[in-house]
Amino acid sequence: MQWETVIGLEIHAQLATRSKIFSASSTQYGAEPNTQASAVDLGMPGVLPVLNREAVHMAIKFALATDAEIGRHNVFARKNYFYPDLPKGYQISQMSLPIVGTGTVTVELDDGEIKEVGLTRAHLEEDAGKSVHEEFHDATGVDLNRAGTPLLEIVSEPDMRSAKEAVAYARKIHSLVRYIEICDGNMQEGSFRCDANVSIRPAGQEELGTRSEIKNVNSFRFLERAINFEVDRQIDILEGGGEVVQETRLYDADKDETRSMRSKEEANDYRYFPDPDLLPVHIEEELIESLRSAMPELPDARRKRFIADFDLSEYDAGVMTADRRTADYFETVLDKSGASAKLACSWISGELFSRLNKDSLELGDSPVDAERFSALVARIHDNTISGKIGKDILDKMWSGNDDVDAIIDKEGLRQISDTSEIEKMIDDVIAANPDQLAQYRSGKDKLLAYFVGQVMKASRGKANPGQLNKLLQEKLKE
Amino acid sequence: MAVDNKVVEQVAHLARVQISAESVPDYASDMSGVLELAAQMDQVDTSSVEPMAHPTHAVQRLRDDVVDEVNQRDAFQAIAPSVENGYYLVPPVIE
Repeated sequence: MQWETVIGLEIHAQLATRSKIFSASSTQYGAEPNTQASAVDLGMPGVLPVLNREAVHMAIKFALATDAEIGRHNVFARKNYFYPDLPKGYQISQMSLPIVGTGTVTVELDDGEIKEVGLTRAHLEEDAGKSVHEEFHDATGVDLNRAGTPLLEIVSEPDMRSAKEAVAYARKIHSLVRYIEICDGNMQEGSFRCDANVSIRPAGQEELGTRSEIKNVNSFRFLERAINFEVDRQIDILEGGGEVVQETRLYDADKDETRSMRSKEEANDYRYFPDPDLLPVHIEEELIESLRSAMPELPDARRKRFIADFDLSEYDAGVMTADRRTADYFETVLDKSGASAKLACSWISGELFSRLNKDSLELGDSPVDAERFSALVARIHDNTISGKIGKDILDKMWSGNDDVDAIIDKEGLRQISDTSEIEKMIDDVIAANPDQLAQYRSGKDKLLAYFVGQVMKASRGKANPGQLNKLLQEKLKE
Repeated sequence: MAVDNKVVEQVAHLARVQISAESVPDYASDMSGVLELAAQMDQVDTSSVEPMAHPTHAVQRLRDDVVDEVNQRDAFQAIAPSVENGYYLVPPVIE
């Protein structure tokens, strides 16, 4: 039988606020256990949650970026369940009136096909703490630093039809939340987590099959593998005459399999009700408009502009708009250096990125910022230095504070474009190599490269390569 | 809608409330009474009334995104039943 796969994703994006969603504790990752857990986060009696304005603004920005409805009147609810890392016995979340309603995300697949994925909703909620099972004898340790960290849970429609589509959608959301700077997207630290609802149905059937929910997926590669494993598992069950059970399954990356975590029928009676500690949140048109006017140009629009205005290739424009920092860096370099988009792009994606990779640095931590890099590209563009010398200078800028012009002057690296100076060097090299000259003139054309190398060496790499080639060929013919 | 003993036991379990077996029928009867009252209210035509999430018409005030909590771990952990290396300890949770 032909099976069709149906996937919907729930993505938890940790919002990049400084303080928690309902308390003034820090959200900084990696602190000593429980040093960022206040009375509110601990669910002490008598405390009251007070909503963080920035978390609300970030959720609205997400709605604006996905053309989604904004819940002008949204309400927090209690989701009740018991677990040691949830001290209040309920999680503050949103149920029937979320802050973000239906929207659309345009996803570009590997083969260039464009797919629209529907957003069902996105709501604000608090994260739980962390349980540590291994380190204690006959006990579980609880760290509540993460309790109360703001999350935006982004729920998609079951619009994806393969693991690849699901990954493309997840990557798109990942890039978008980083672009609008509402989430750092760090998957290792759990700032961006994906749960996948997976079901299968006979091809052509309208009705959805029974789904399982896969949790604990912390990379895009694992997301693809977990979904593929789950689809195969469900096909085996159905073709063997069995029935798929609705349940939550954990993905185990070491074994590359999913396994049952808990049966959902029993566990999901969360008894939601509006949280009496929090009043409804009203969002005024004025606020929406002021956030809209401060929105950055989104990646799709920017990519199209780079192609149209700067004549970049589809590929280069994709690389230059992969995240906002890169795009900003590129535009600064383009603007300040006066160089062509092609030159700026190749120096950023080549020389800059390879050095960042080598040192495991993010662009934001680059030792050479966009201003200094622009000056370097400008000197290559105006032929003060050759590309080769540019690379050496970049190495020096990388490890020191000197700017490109200071290094050029100090080390005498200015490209030699003075015809008479280059001619003199050529004459000297020809005079010193009479045998090679004779061979060249008797038809051994390959020796041209030898002469180029010798003159370049004599100029200590500074001769303008174009001029050198032209002059040398003329001289050798004489 | 009548609440039977099974529903009482299930709700008690979900809320982690311990009740004695002999009190179950009384709870079932009381809870049925509450639901009957709700059913009575359902008779009223509310189609022109906006659902409300809170009895007052006030709206939520928002807080600036500023960290001004200090670390009070020692004070909080002094009243916890069991702590180790900065963690609160609870009976082992089997995943």
